[in-house]
Amino acid sequence: MKRWKQNLHKIWQDFYLVIIMIFLYAPIATMIVLSFNSSKSRSQWGGFTLRWYTEMFASRNIVSALHNTLLIALLSALIATLIGTAAAIAINSMKSIPRIFFMGVTNIPMLNADIVTGISLMLAFIAFGISLGFKTVLISHITFNIPYVILSVTPKLRQTSRSTYEAAMDLGATPIYAFFKVVFPDILPGVLSGFLLAFTMSLDDFIITHFTRGAGINTLSTLIYSEVRRGIKPSMYALSTCIFLCVLLLLIISNFAPAYKNAQHNKTIKKREGNSYEKNNEGKLKQN
Amino acid sequence: MAQALIDLAHISKSFDGTLVLDDLNLSVKENSFVTLLGPSGCGKTTTLRIIGGFETPDTGKVIFDGTDITSLPPNKRQLNTVFQKYALFSHMNIAENIAFGLKIKGKSKSYIDDKIKYALKLVNLDGYETRSVDSLSGGQQQRIAIARAIVNEPRVLLLDEPLGALDLKLRQDMQYELIRLKNELGITFVYVTHDQEEALTMSDTIVVMNQGYIQQMGTPEQVYNEPENAFVADFIGESNILHGTMIHDELVEIFGTKFVCVDKGFGNHAPVDVVIRPEDIDLVEPADDLLNGVCTHLIFKGALYEMEVTTPDGFEWLVHSSRLCPVGKKVGIHVDPYNIQIMNKPESEDEEAINLDE
Amino acid sequence: MTNNGIGKKLLAGPYLVWMVGFIIIPLFLILYYGLTDKSGVFTLDNVTAIATPEHSKALILALLLSFISTVVCLLLAYPLAMILRNRNVGQGSFIVFIFILPMWMNFLLRTLAWQTLLEKNGVVNTILSLLHLPTQSLINTPGAIVLGMVYNFLPFMVLPIYNVLCKIDDNVVNAARDLGADFFQTLTRIWIPLSVPGIISGITMVFVPALTTFVISSLLGGSKILLIGNVIEQEFTHGSNWHLGSGLSLVLMVFILLSMAILAKYDKNGEGSAF
Repeated sequence: MKRWKQNLHKIWQDFYLVIIMIFLYAPIATMIVLSFNSSKSRSQWGGFTLRWYTEMFASRNIVSALHNTLLIALLSALIATLIGTAAAIAINSMKSIPRIFFMGVTNIPMLNADIVTGISLMLAFIAFGISLGFKTVLISHITFNIPYVILSVTPKLRQTSRSTYEAAMDLGATPIYAFFKVVFPDILPGVLSGFLLAFTMSLDDFIITHFTRGAGINTLSTLIYSEVRRGIKPSMYALSTCIFLCVLLLLIISNFAPAYKNAQHNKTIKKREGNSYEKNNEGKLKQN
Repeated sequence: MAQALIDLAHISKSFDGTLVLDDLNLSVKENSFVTLLGPSGCGKTTTLRIIGGFETPDTGKVIFDGTDITSLPPNKRQLNTVFQKYALFSHMNIAENIAFGLKIKGKSKSYIDDKIKYALKLVNLDGYETRSVDSLSGGQQQRIAIARAIVNEPRVLLLDEPLGALDLKLRQDMQYELIRLKNELGITFVYVTHDQEEALTMSDTIVVMNQGYIQQMGTPEQVYNEPENAFVADFIGESNILHGTMIHDELVEIFGTKFVCVDKGFGNHAPVDVVIRPEDIDLVEPADDLLNGVCTHLIFKGALYEMEVTTPDGFEWLVHSSRLCPVGKKVGIHVDPYNIQIMNKPESEDEEAINLDE
Repeated sequence: MTNNGIGKKLLAGPYLVWMVGFIIIPLFLILYYGLTDKSGVFTLDNVTAIATPEHSKALILALLLSFISTVVCLLLAYPLAMILRNRNVGQGSFIVFIFILPMWMNFLLRTLAWQTLLEKNGVVNTILSLLHLPTQSLINTPGAIVLGMVYNFLPFMVLPIYNVLCKIDDNVVNAARDLGADFFQTLTRIWIPLSVPGIISGITMVFVPALTTFVISSLLGGSKILLIGNVIEQEFTHGSNWHLGSGLSLVLMVFILLSMAILAKYDKNGEGSAF
């Protein structure tokens, strides 16, 4: 009796999972199918074609947008990792008041709406007399990436025992040597996951780029937006399919790389973590 | 004799193809303190979870007070569990934790308040009502977990390694506390542990389990003094387990030397396991009709000396004695006949319970 | 030790400069633009402009649609997170991965996909007409916007709830059952209270982007349905009245802060950190 009931229960659960899965994947599957449809109509199958793919790769706009996207993601993630890791180390050694100030400001870009961040940066660039273009997009991406790096590195720094660092110095290491030989290996996973998180956030961003890009430059996101508003071309489906496959591939590979897996789970939780960081720290200070 | 309150009949259970319990039969008498004892993975916790209703056995029946409760969900059973690591509700304060079961049952507020007071007094934590779970120490949380269970007046309290997370001193205090509670409440306790000392201290009945089988069931004295097989002997207390040959009734040969014992009925020239407790060995002057060896290790342990005596065959005998025997001294091994336990060798690989690597 | 401490603190220098230049000053600029007119004179007109019918309608619609989307996301995500957690599949498992994967797909493309499905001659209507059912006008409706929001932000609700549910010890649930609670009582007295941090975190992560979006509404809502995000975006990109846009942004920020304050009240212990 009970087992039968349990089975029924499980069938309902499976049913629910499948429904949600269809909801999540049906749109993506539709785009993949349409990317091979030789008819421009979205309601008729006109036969298999690779035409949209060749069209996509021949399009100068798409190729240059891809180039910009990757370059900005890579550069902004690298610079944000450098600045952010240094800042995390400094913040970790600060007393509570400056630390609360730093972490508070760090939380602003994460908690604020992207549209407000984008507008504020745009106003700032114009006030500083920096003309909108590649530079401003890069600076904006670094700005919203640094908090992700700081919040990835800080927990690792707090796990790192102070005594190992002191032991290294006790054994004759200089502070810098001790840092790179003892502390850095411990926080490296955090640094890496911060970098990967920053890289992905940059790839994914549309809103902030939209406000800070100026007229001359496109990333994939801004290109898709302007194309779509003009009416969907099938080459957009081809592009979507390619991006989906890349994401899928990357995630499958990274499922075997623990550092990236952390980043993946952190993506949605970072915002909250920022919030509570102070609370945790206060508790810690009291204990000390 | 009190009648059986819980009867497990022919219980089998496997997880992912691994058999955890194999045709287990167990009955628990009303008002007894029964301990399921065994190494991790022996099936003791699964047995408890089957009684509690958190697992359904693949085959077999659970009878409670004459009624089949095999497929009854845990919330409908007249027993309560004290979980490993306490499992307190961290979003409620102490009083709310204790009141949980009573509120579910729709008891009146004054009844619940009285019960909380009574239970906190019983576990020596009066006045802790509004404290938060996080503010309590491990031992205090343990007491609250017990209080939370007993306010529901269960007929049986199931305890799953409740002292496992406590430090040694606290664990010993809690053992006495549990015995006192058991006596005050007058209900049945079924207790799971891997700690033989706990089992010996508290139980009326010890059920020694290994690899899904009950190895022996009996009073603490029976299990300690008359282990039924080498596994039980090895698991409970320290012992020397040797291969021997039963020459005839009341005479066993170990490493070529004959020892007089009191066991009968193993047949003539039959291979057996012999168990001798370290404290039962007397070291005497070497003699021709004794098994002789050399003392190779000596440690002072406070109440006694622990020594190792190596005999020519290479076996290292563990000896506990209040008298010191210096390293290098030649000695003879003497054991009183009633201190020699003879056991059948396990019949199959499956029952090869004793793992000599350990 | 003290020397070393100061040396370490210098490492924050570059970030301090960056922070002031690109986080703090920009926010003050919004405040400045929002509270001045074109000639630089202080005014509250840009903020009070929210009261005009056109703007207040956009704000109310945005609040309404994002509220509905958040509720729908929560109702869909909680059972999903429960099922995934009770399968005991572990965090890195394939099945969890499947439900998180769409989150990593570019969000414009996800919205584009729905546009394709919902269009007048789109996939859904084609299927409907194949079944000889009347075609529906699906796109450019508030419903389409809610659908787009739910689709885009659902994983952001699932993941924090799933994470927090995974942390609940099985034995805590067993204890509740043991003490007599049935499924429904366990749900309302144990599961939900213990997962509040995850729920709060999920609500924040869905409500704020939904409230401020202009992409979903412009792709799925057409040009007729304007949310407050669209209004602000247009002031900056087409209308070029930055003062008005900044003023409205200030109003929007007040609503964001307000919603966070309300949520923080329910999350007494700040346990959302427990990730």
